[in-house]
Amino acid sequence: MMAEVNEIAVRVHGLSKSFGSVQAVRDIDLAVAQGEIFGLVGPDGAGKTTIMRMLAAVLRPDAGEILVDGVDVVAEAERAKLHLSYMPQRFGLYEDLTIAENIFFYGALFGVPRGERIARSQELLEVAGLLPFRNRLAGQLSGGMKQKLGLICALIHTPRVLLLDEPTTGVDPVSRRDFWAILYNLRESGVTIVLSTAYMDEAERCSRLALLHGGEIRHCDTPQHLKAAMPGALLAIASAHPRDVREAVSGKPGVLGALLMGDRVHVRVDDAGRRIPELRAVVADRGIADAVITPAEPGIEDVFVALLGEEKPHELR
Amino acid sequence: MFERLSVMLMKEFLELRRDRWAMFRLIVPMIIQMLVFGYAATFTVHHVTTAVLDLDQSQASRSLISHFAATSRFNIVNVATNQKEINRDIDRDKAVIAIVIHAGFSRDLENGKSAQLQVIVDGTNSNTALIALGYIAQIVANFSAEQAANRVFPSRSSPATPAVGISLQMRPWFNEGLDERWFFIPGVIGTLTLMQVVSLTAFAIVREREVGTLEQILVSPIRPVEFILGKTVPFFLIGLGDIALVSFVGIFWFHVPFIGDPWVMLVGSALFLLAVVGMGLLMSTFSRTQQQAFALNFFFLNPFFILSGFAFPIAAMPKVLQWFTMINPLRYFLVIIRAVFLKGVGFAVLWPELGALALLAVIMLTISVLRFRKSLD
Repeated sequence: MMAEVNEIAVRVHGLSKSFGSVQAVRDIDLAVAQGEIFGLVGPDGAGKTTIMRMLAAVLRPDAGEILVDGVDVVAEAERAKLHLSYMPQRFGLYEDLTIAENIFFYGALFGVPRGERIARSQELLEVAGLLPFRNRLAGQLSGGMKQKLGLICALIHTPRVLLLDEPTTGVDPVSRRDFWAILYNLRESGVTIVLSTAYMDEAERCSRLALLHGGEIRHCDTPQHLKAAMPGALLAIASAHPRDVREAVSGKPGVLGALLMGDRVHVRVDDAGRRIPELRAVVADRGIADAVITPAEPGIEDVFVALLGEEKPHELR
Repeated sequence: MFERLSVMLMKEFLELRRDRWAMFRLIVPMIIQMLVFGYAATFTVHHVTTAVLDLDQSQASRSLISHFAATSRFNIVNVATNQKEINRDIDRDKAVIAIVIHAGFSRDLENGKSAQLQVIVDGTNSNTALIALGYIAQIVANFSAEQAANRVFPSRSSPATPAVGISLQMRPWFNEGLDERWFFIPGVIGTLTLMQVVSLTAFAIVREREVGTLEQILVSPIRPVEFILGKTVPFFLIGLGDIALVSFVGIFWFHVPFIGDPWVMLVGSALFLLAVVGMGLLMSTFSRTQQQAFALNFFFLNPFFILSGFAFPIAAMPKVLQWFTMINPLRYFLVIIRAVFLKGVGFAVLWPELGALALLAVIMLTISVLRFRKSLD
């Protein structure tokens, strides 16, 4: 497992933060190994952005320690900023500057020498496919292109640790795929990535996940282990009337949870072998004739809901 | 340090250059407002609509009325025949002033008694009323002096000796013609600059906050002071340019004399702009959105204008408001700019105002830098 690699890129201990009477983050411990893509997953308000901003040294924690690449973020914020890069949900670009000028500006802020800045921006633009557009104003870019430009600006100083807060929210699927290709490339070159996401398919691409809820880490493991740790077994019921199916099976004996997944219903049960015939009868009683019940592989969303006890599943995307 | 600051400045000027309307927005409103103020801001009263009711119908009464008719200050719009007509004229805004000469006016004059003249003034616009009354007093004084001189004293055979009196020799310094424009235009320069630079500074910073570039910049190792300098130096320079521009309009278009030392003007302007930029910065730390900045701007700028001595004398204000003027950079700058333009005095005289501006600049900038740091969390 990656966490057992010696090099720890991000270490967090006892991290807490309150805003007024709201405790946004409670006593969090984390260790992210070098070269990991570590995901923070949770519903809105779980504390993802707050943690990210503290890691990025833009928000001062109330308590706790943060070491990024061996640098104490709280005590030496300015030095830590040279080792890390933070990309908020919406990267702040100057819309009336061109792509190249934005990159040049952020590069200079991080003290990247001029020659290196030009070479590196060339390389990053090429990877992101933005090279032909480099003289276009940032304000005239599509959402996906803006996000890629943000990533380039965030990478211009070759950070060791990259912090991404919901980087692909509102980005089209093709751009998302490009974006992830860049992230995998970065990991190859040893960059550690911590990202938060509310997209479950994105969570599955991470090497490890921390499931956040109410400012706490409820579970932290690889996607595979998390799935294995899910209590019960998962059944998929396909039907033209998934809502009726969910209504019919909810609360029946042995049913731990039922989750609407498009045209199917994911039902978590204590014992698949015993409950399949029972549920078949339940659905038939309701007059739903087309229902097909099969055992299913749990996705991260199922795991998440199962582990957090269906507290706020509707906020997941 | 220098590299980060210079790239901030480069970025600011690049954005400004990209903005096709920036130059237009920075220059044209200043010049237009300067022209409007220069031509329109005057307390002089001309062509006051006047109604006249002469119930005496004597040579003396007609002579008095002709005094009013002879000056461009008054415009006789109605020669009434009864009191009712007069009331109607005032009610309907046909006339601002009514002059009523009662029967017996000339008789009283001839008998050496004090003759009565009734003047009715529409006091709605108290300023105009007051000034018009001043002119009336002048005309009446001239009239009575003439009457006195013309009167033949029956007890004396020798020619009339002039009445003993004090003769007033007026010679206003610095503005011999008492041209109001000379007073207003330097004030306009300061006022316009204050309004322009405060809002430019506040809006520029709040915009970065709104767009998200502020957060992005803060993730970099830039220090708050570097960011603040990068954001304020351009507006400081724009402010200097604005002052020079509108000063030229005042000097070459309106012919307001500039007899002082340009260096005193430069030092005064620089200190003033530091304080003003500090104000804009302070305002930005209280605003999350441009709307909030706009509201704050609206809330503060008018009082700063009114409590500056631009038009209303500070000495006549209630004590509390007088204290408030102490933190108003415009107050000090108006003293400096008027003195440099019209009096030509230098550092030896203006050091208290220059010192106050410097102090204000230091205080405002310090508070805003501290608050700026805090507002980031």
